[in-house]
Amino acid sequence: MAAVQQTASGNIANIKELQKGESLWMESWRRLRRNRAAVIGGVIILLNIFMALFAAQLAPYPYDRQTLADNGAVPRWVTQIFPSMIPKDDGGYVNISDKYMLGADALGRDLWSRIIHGAQVSLLVAFVGPTVSILVGLLVGLLAGYFGGVADNLLMRLVDIMYAFPTLLLIILLMTFFRTSFSNPEPGTFTYTLGQLDQATGGVLLIFIGIGLTSWMQMARLVRGQVLSIREQEYIQAAHAIGANTPKIMFGHILPNILGPLIVAETLTIPTYISYEAFLSFIGLGVNAPRPSWGGMIAEGARGITSYPNQAIFPAVALFLIMFAFNFLGDGLRDALDPRMRGRD
Amino acid sequence: MAKYIARRLLWMLVVLFIISIVTFVLMRSVPGGPFSREKPLPAATLAILNEKYNLDATLLEQYMSYVGDIALPTIKENKKKFNTAEDYLITIPLPAMFGENQALKWINFGPTYKSRSRSVNDIFRENLPISFQLGVAALVIAMALGMPLGVLSALKRNSFYDYLGMGTALLGVSVPVIITAPLLQYFFGVQLKILPVTGWGNIQNMILPSLALGFVNSAIIARLTRASLLQVLGEDYIRTARAKGLPERVVIVLHALKNSLIPVITILGPLFAALVTGTFVVETIFGIPGLGRYFVTSITGRDYPVIMGTILLYAFMLVVMNLVVDIAYAWLDPRIRFD
Repeated sequence: MAAVQQTASGNIANIKELQKGESLWMESWRRLRRNRAAVIGGVIILLNIFMALFAAQLAPYPYDRQTLADNGAVPRWVTQIFPSMIPKDDGGYVNISDKYMLGADALGRDLWSRIIHGAQVSLLVAFVGPTVSILVGLLVGLLAGYFGGVADNLLMRLVDIMYAFPTLLLIILLMTFFRTSFSNPEPGTFTYTLGQLDQATGGVLLIFIGIGLTSWMQMARLVRGQVLSIREQEYIQAAHAIGANTPKIMFGHILPNILGPLIVAETLTIPTYISYEAFLSFIGLGVNAPRPSWGGMIAEGARGITSYPNQAIFPAVALFLIMFAFNFLGDGLRDALDPRMRGRD
Repeated sequence: MAKYIARRLLWMLVVLFIISIVTFVLMRSVPGGPFSREKPLPAATLAILNEKYNLDATLLEQYMSYVGDIALPTIKENKKKFNTAEDYLITIPLPAMFGENQALKWINFGPTYKSRSRSVNDIFRENLPISFQLGVAALVIAMALGMPLGVLSALKRNSFYDYLGMGTALLGVSVPVIITAPLLQYFFGVQLKILPVTGWGNIQNMILPSLALGFVNSAIIARLTRASLLQVLGEDYIRTARAKGLPERVVIVLHALKNSLIPVITILGPLFAALVTGTFVVETIFGIPGLGRYFVTSITGRDYPVIMGTILLYAFMLVVMNLVVDIAYAWLDPRIRFD
């Protein structure tokens, strides 16, 4: 019943919107705002963006300042939520220090400051990863779908082969290749410039390239499928008839009409990119030390999980929140941009 | 059907061949070698090592001999003494007419540079079964949790159960194993002390890692099952089944569930391959001696045969699983025909 009423009122709303002449995007925006989970996700993401932008101002300590005497120190409340951490004054092993909000890591660096700075890496990957994958996937998908025939066959076989490649292994191999080839090349060469850029970004640039090169296939398949169905529509024939050239049809007529599904698909894969980065940092091929990344922090913390659970669990919570937020927002965006899919998954 | 499978098998070989070339080229472009040290080895030692492992030949020769050792069966003397460079997965002793003590030998993935007494085949024989056990356990958990959750959510669409189920699933896809693993370790291992934190060998050791691996995937399966069952429930043949008066239970189980399995199976194939070949993170965190740890150590240590071996093994399982999935399609959905 509720569903029926909803569609009925939705239809009335649609009619009103049509009368006002609202654009499709405005309508989607309105639907998105009504989705409480998506709004919460969006707010968490905005908070994280804020945290990442003003990390230097927000963090109580520099992320790389070590106070070895304070290694593993925690404020008292942490020992209360993790009862296995027994403070030194009660005959245990844990230093108590209220200097650190969430405690300090094994090198005596403030966990909270490192978590704040870690947001930068995760968010950068969250936004640049999809961009790289959209660019490559769009190019391959458009070419294959639009031209068809031999080009389509070749490109799609390439996609098949890439799919059979174990993604994580390929990323590890690529990252090792990048990290060792670009560490001390000759000045003036292309690799040198790339290496310098990577140094400047703390090792993030190569992660983008590594992730981007290995995750465009799904996008390419999606774009191709969309192009195939749109290519046969009358308005494309009309564009041909009035003499529009190929780039004009591709980017002016086809692209805008497939953008919605693409955005949805990419938003839904953002958590995958974030977890790839976390994984790379986890195995030590991610960002350069001492720059913090949540994945790296979890890896360091997991080694001492029995004694200092806070060092692994706090960054894990941060990572979980951002993944959850992007999943929520992605689901909401899909419902908003493609109302037919509502409640389907 | 047979023609289709033959064509697919042929394409599989091509894919594996291309993957082996790409991996080989990429791997050999990485600076440094298996015997690079902080303090370089003496030139004479290095020369002997390079000769022993055929690393002084040209890259093309090395590639050809590597692929040849795997792909081409050869007839060789059946030596009693174990040799890491001549460890074949398949050894069939031949009758005397082929000569004294000869055997047909096939599939040799070569030695590992990091150990003088083990070959890559040894690694597969000893470490792959461990990853396999873990992977199967995780897959069983993922299906046992995910499918009922998805079915329940779809049947009780937009009810409390649906929101609860899909909320849990959303939670599940948001926690990669690098989050679940430490959390599970802490709560069950450190806090409650009912399960071991690390280690391998008995049932208790298997529970936490397979839960960590299974949980994420159960969420994916639950979402997919729900979506696909909802779609099937809207089909005309379901209305027909109901109209001819079949009990709801029969409609759901015999008509809807079977057809809604198709998309779920698509994902089970690659998932199975990924789980079985070992998931590095889980194996590292829980200290499990599976295949996963070789992925990273072999690449950082430039252990070329191990890199090639693990990548080819994984790719092989992936393409085989995809083929199995496609054949299962035809069995589940008679509308799908291959020609």
